[in-house]
Amino acid sequence: LTVLSKEKTKHFGFGCERREGIISGRFFCYRFVYVVSYETMIHFVLLVSRQGKVRLTKWYSPYAQKERSKVIRELSGVILNRGPKLCNFVEWRGYKVVYKRYASLYFCMCIDQEDNELEVLEIIHHYVEILDRYFGSVCELDLIFNFHKAYYILDELLIAGELQESSKKTVARIISAQDQLVEVAKEEASSISNIIAQATK
Amino acid sequence: MASSNSLMDSLFQRSLEDLIKGIRLHLLGESSFISKSVDEIRSEIKLTDLSTKSIALQKLSYLAALHGVDMSWAAFHAVEVVSSSRFGDKRIGYHAIAQSFSDQTPVLLLITNQLRKDLNSSNEYEVSLALECLSRIGADDLARDLTSEVFTLLGSSKAFVRKKAIGVVLRVFDKYPDAVKVCLKRLVENLDSSDPHILSAVVGVFCELTTKDPRSYLPLAPEFYKILVDSRNNWVLIKVLKIFAKLALIEPRLAKKVADPICEHMRRTVGKSLLFECIRTVLSSLSDQESALKLAVAKIRDFLVDDDPNLKYLGLHALSIVAPKHLWAVLENNEAVVKALSDEDLNVKLEALHLLMAMVNEENVSEISRILMNYAREMARIPHCQRGQEIGHQMIDIGTRIKDVRLELVRVSRSLLIDPALLGNQFMHPILSAAAWASGEYVEFSKTPYEIAEALLQPRTSLLPPSIRAIYIHSTFKILVFSLRGYFTAQEPISPPLVQESTSSGSSAVNCFTYKSISSLMNMIELGLRSLSGTLDVEVQERAKNVLGFIGMIEHEIAEKVTGQDNETAVSSAIVFMEDVFSDELGPVSSTAQEKVPLPDGLEIKENLEDLQEICGEFLKPIFESNSNTNSFSASDKISFSVTKLSIRDQQEASSSSSPPPESASLLAEHRKRHDLYYLSSQKKDEHNDSNGNNNTLNEYPPANEISGDSFNPKKKMNQSKPRPVVVKLDEGDDDLKTKPNASSNDEPLSRAIQTALMGKGMGKEREKDNHEKILDSGIKEQSSGKEKKTKKKNGEKSSKHRSRRRSDKEASAAKPVEIVDFLL
Repeated sequence: LTVLSKEKTKHFGFGCERREGIISGRFFCYRFVYVVSYETMIHFVLLVSRQGKVRLTKWYSPYAQKERSKVIRELSGVILNRGPKLCNFVEWRGYKVVYKRYASLYFCMCIDQEDNELEVLEIIHHYVEILDRYFGSVCELDLIFNFHKAYYILDELLIAGELQESSKKTVARIISAQDQLVEVAKEEASSISNIIAQATK
Repeated sequence: MASSNSLMDSLFQRSLEDLIKGIRLHLLGESSFISKSVDEIRSEIKLTDLSTKSIALQKLSYLAALHGVDMSWAAFHAVEVVSSSRFGDKRIGYHAIAQSFSDQTPVLLLITNQLRKDLNSSNEYEVSLALECLSRIGADDLARDLTSEVFTLLGSSKAFVRKKAIGVVLRVFDKYPDAVKVCLKRLVENLDSSDPHILSAVVGVFCELTTKDPRSYLPLAPEFYKILVDSRNNWVLIKVLKIFAKLALIEPRLAKKVADPICEHMRRTVGKSLLFECIRTVLSSLSDQESALKLAVAKIRDFLVDDDPNLKYLGLHALSIVAPKHLWAVLENNEAVVKALSDEDLNVKLEALHLLMAMVNEENVSEISRILMNYAREMARIPHCQRGQEIGHQMIDIGTRIKDVRLELVRVSRSLLIDPALLGNQFMHPILSAAAWASGEYVEFSKTPYEIAEALLQPRTSLLPPSIRAIYIHSTFKILVFSLRGYFTAQEPISPPLVQESTSSGSSAVNCFTYKSISSLMNMIELGLRSLSGTLDVEVQERAKNVLGFIGMIEHEIAEKVTGQDNETAVSSAIVFMEDVFSDELGPVSSTAQEKVPLPDGLEIKENLEDLQEICGEFLKPIFESNSNTNSFSASDKISFSVTKLSIRDQQEASSSSSPPPESASLLAEHRKRHDLYYLSSQKKDEHNDSNGNNNTLNEYPPANEISGDSFNPKKKMNQSKPRPVVVKLDEGDDDLKTKPNASSNDEPLSRAIQTALMGKGMGKEREKDNHEKILDSGIKEQSSGKEKKTKKKNGEKSSKHRSRRRSDKEASAAKPVEIVDFLL
C-alpha cells in the first residue's frame, strides 16, 4: 500500500497530493487538468472521423480515462471545425497538435512546443502509407474493422512516443510475420473446435 | 453441465467483428448496446478458456479505446491472457495492458515475471511485445526489476529487438535513474551503429535526455557531431540538431563548430522539416554565427512567401524566435508579416501580430499604427473578444504617440462609436471607451463632429459602466467646445492654424458651422445630458453638470451674437479659454520620466535617513514609557495606542480644526527649531498644518512628522519578531521521497548517474573500458543487492548512494572540460 501511495504522489507531479496545505490555488487547477507527461516526443495519437467518431487512440503520456474522453472531445471540436486551407497545427494547452486529414479521417498527434511540426506531419504520412500498403488502399472501414491491426502497425512505428522505424518495408514484413504467427495458432484452434463441434452434434 | 455451458459460450461467442458490426447497426441505441456487450464480456472473460477470454478482452479494449468504456476492472484478466502460450492471445493481452494500466494499477507487479519471461523469449516478436508494454507502463519497481533484461537486449543481435530496447531505456531511466549506470554505456555504443534504424532510435532517446539535462551529455558531443556530418536521414538529423541546440547554449565554442555543417544541410536539403529544424537551431542557439544566421533568415523568407500555410506559419514562428535578438531579420520581412495579418488562419494572424508588435521603430511606426488601427477595428468586432482592454489601451497609446495616425484613429473610432450594436457587448466597452476618448481629444481630425456627438449621446450608452460613460460625456464636451470655436472663428478671416495644417480635407467641413448647426448641437447635448444630471454616479453627474453649466452660460449669448452684436463678449473668451484648456497635448509618460525632472535648488536629499530615526525616537520615547514596558508591541498595545490617539484627536477637534492644539504646537515648534532640515519651506507651513488638521480622521496623530516615525518603528519590530514562514516536514517518511514539489525531482539522480557513467569517456580508451566493466559490474551487483534488499528499509541504502554519486560527480566535473577542448581543437 505504501508503494501505491508513493506512486500516486509522483504521478501527479508538483507534489500536489501530499502538500496541499502549502500549495497556492494555481496548482490546484493543474492537478485537475493535467498530469505531468513523460518526456516523449508524441504524447498521444488520435484518429477521428469527419463526423467526430473516434477511430483510434493511443496514449504515450499517462492520461486517466476521464481525461482521455475530455481531450478527445475538446480536440475534435477544435480540429474538425478548421477550414481546409489552414495550417495543420493547433496550439492547445501549451502543446501543439499536428493534424492532417486523409479522406474522411483526421490523424492527430500531440507534441511539445519545441518539437518539429513538419517532422510529425511526415510521420503521420508515413503511418498512412504503411496502412495503405498493408490494407491495399486503406479506407476508414478498414480501420474500423481492423482497429487492432492499426494499433500493431503504430506500435512498430512508435515506441514510448518516439519514432523507432523508418522503413515501410520492414514494418510490413514484421506485421505480416506476426499475422502468420497468429494464423497458425488460429488454424490449430479452429480445427480443434471443429472437432468438438462435430462431436457435440 | 457447467463445462458444456462454457463450451457453448465459447462457440457462440461474438467476435470483435460481430461487435463492431453490431455497434454500427445500433446507431441509435448505441450506448445500451455497448452496455449489453460489456455485460456479455464480463461473463465471457471469467471463463477458463484462454481464447474466449482473450477475445472478450480484445472486445473490451476496443470499447475502452473508442467508446470510453472503463476497463480497469479487467486488469487481472489481462494479466491472465498475457500468460497464454499463444502469440495471438499474448498480443491482445499486452495491448490491453498497455492501454489500460497506470502506475496505480494494483496488479501491476503481477506481470513482472511474465515480462521477464517474455523479454528472455527466443521469439523476437514476443520480446517486442513485452518491450512495448514496458515502454508504456514502466513503473518504478518494474523498471528496477527489469533493468538487467533491458540491458541484455540493448546488445541484441537482432536490430528489430535492439531498437525497441533502446526506446524502452528512455522510460526505464525516467523511472529508475540508477539504471543509467548499467545501461548508458551500451546506449552510447549504439551511437556508432551502422544500422540506420538503431541509430534513429538511439538518437531519439538522447534527444529527449538532452532536453531534460543538457550538461550531462556534453561529453558525447563528438559522437553527435559525427552523426550530424555523416547521416543522410532527415529524421535522425532533426534529432541531432535538437541536441546541438541545447548543447550549444551551454558550450558556446560548440556553436562555432556546428555552424558549418548546419549551413551545409540548409543549402543541400530538400526536406522542409530538416530545413526548418536547421533554421530553428540557428535562430535559437547559433544566432551569433553571422553567416549561418544570414542564411537562415534567407530561408525563412522562402517559407514566408510559400503558398503552403504550414510553411508560412512556421516562417513567422521562426521570426518570432529571432526577433528579440536580431530585429533586422523581422524588419526585412515586414511585407510578408503585414500580409499575414490578413490571413484567414487565426494561428498565422496571431504570429504575425506578435511580430508586428516587435518590429515597431521610429521610421515605420506610423505605417504600422495605421495597419494596427484597422486591424484593431476588425478585431474589436469579434464578439466576445477577450482582449478589449489591451486593444483599447493600444489605441490610446498609439494615438498619443503618433500624430500621423490620429486621422485614422478618429476614423476607426467613429465607425466603432456609431454602431449601436456594440454597446451591448461588454467585451467591447474598453475599446469603446478608448474610441470615445480619441474622438474627443482629436476632434479636429473629424469631418463630422456633430455625428460623433450624436453617437456619444445615443440612448444605448446607458448600457455602459459609469466610468466609461463619464468619458463619453467629457468627449462630448470637447466636441462642443471645438465646434463653438469653429463657429466663432468662422467669421474671422483666419481659421485655427492647427486644423488647416493637419486636415486638408476636413477643414472645410469643420469651418462651416452655422448658427443652426451649433444650436441644434447644443440642444442635442442638453437633451441628452439633462437626464444624467440626476444620476447616481458622481463622476457621470459631475461631468454632465459641467457641460450643462457651460451650455447654460453661453447659450443666450450665442443667440445674441446672431442678432448682430459684437462678439467680443464673455462667451468667446470663455470658449477660447476652454479650448486652450483642451488644446494642450496629452503625451505618453515614460516610465523613466522621473529621472528627467531636474532636482530643484535647495532641496537636500540625504541618502541615509538614519538620523531621522533618531529624531523620531525622541517622540516615541514618551509613548513607549507610558504605554508599554515590554520590548515588542503586541496587539493589545496597539489598541491602547489608538485609544490614546483618539482622545488626543477629540481634544484637538474640540479646540479647533485648523491649528494643532497648543501643547503639540509648542512641541512642533521646538522640533522644528532643532530639525529644520526636514521641514518644508516656511510659506507652506500653514497649508501643511491645515491639511494636517483635515486629515486627522485618517492619521490619528496630530503632528505629521511623528506619524512616520511612530508607525514605522513598531512595524519594524513586528517584522523582526515574526518568524519567516517555514515549510515543515509532514512526517519522517517523506525523507526518501523527493521533498521538492518539483517535476524535476527525478532529474538530479538521473543526471548524476549519467555524469558518472559518462565520466569514463574523458579518459583514455583502456581506462574507459576498465571503468565501463567496473561500472557495469557494480551496477549489476548493486541491482541484485537492491533486489534482495527490496523489503528492507530504503533510507540507509539511498543515502549511501547519494554519497557515492556526489563523489563521482566531482570527478566528472574535473574530467569534462578536458574532453571538450580536445574535440573543439
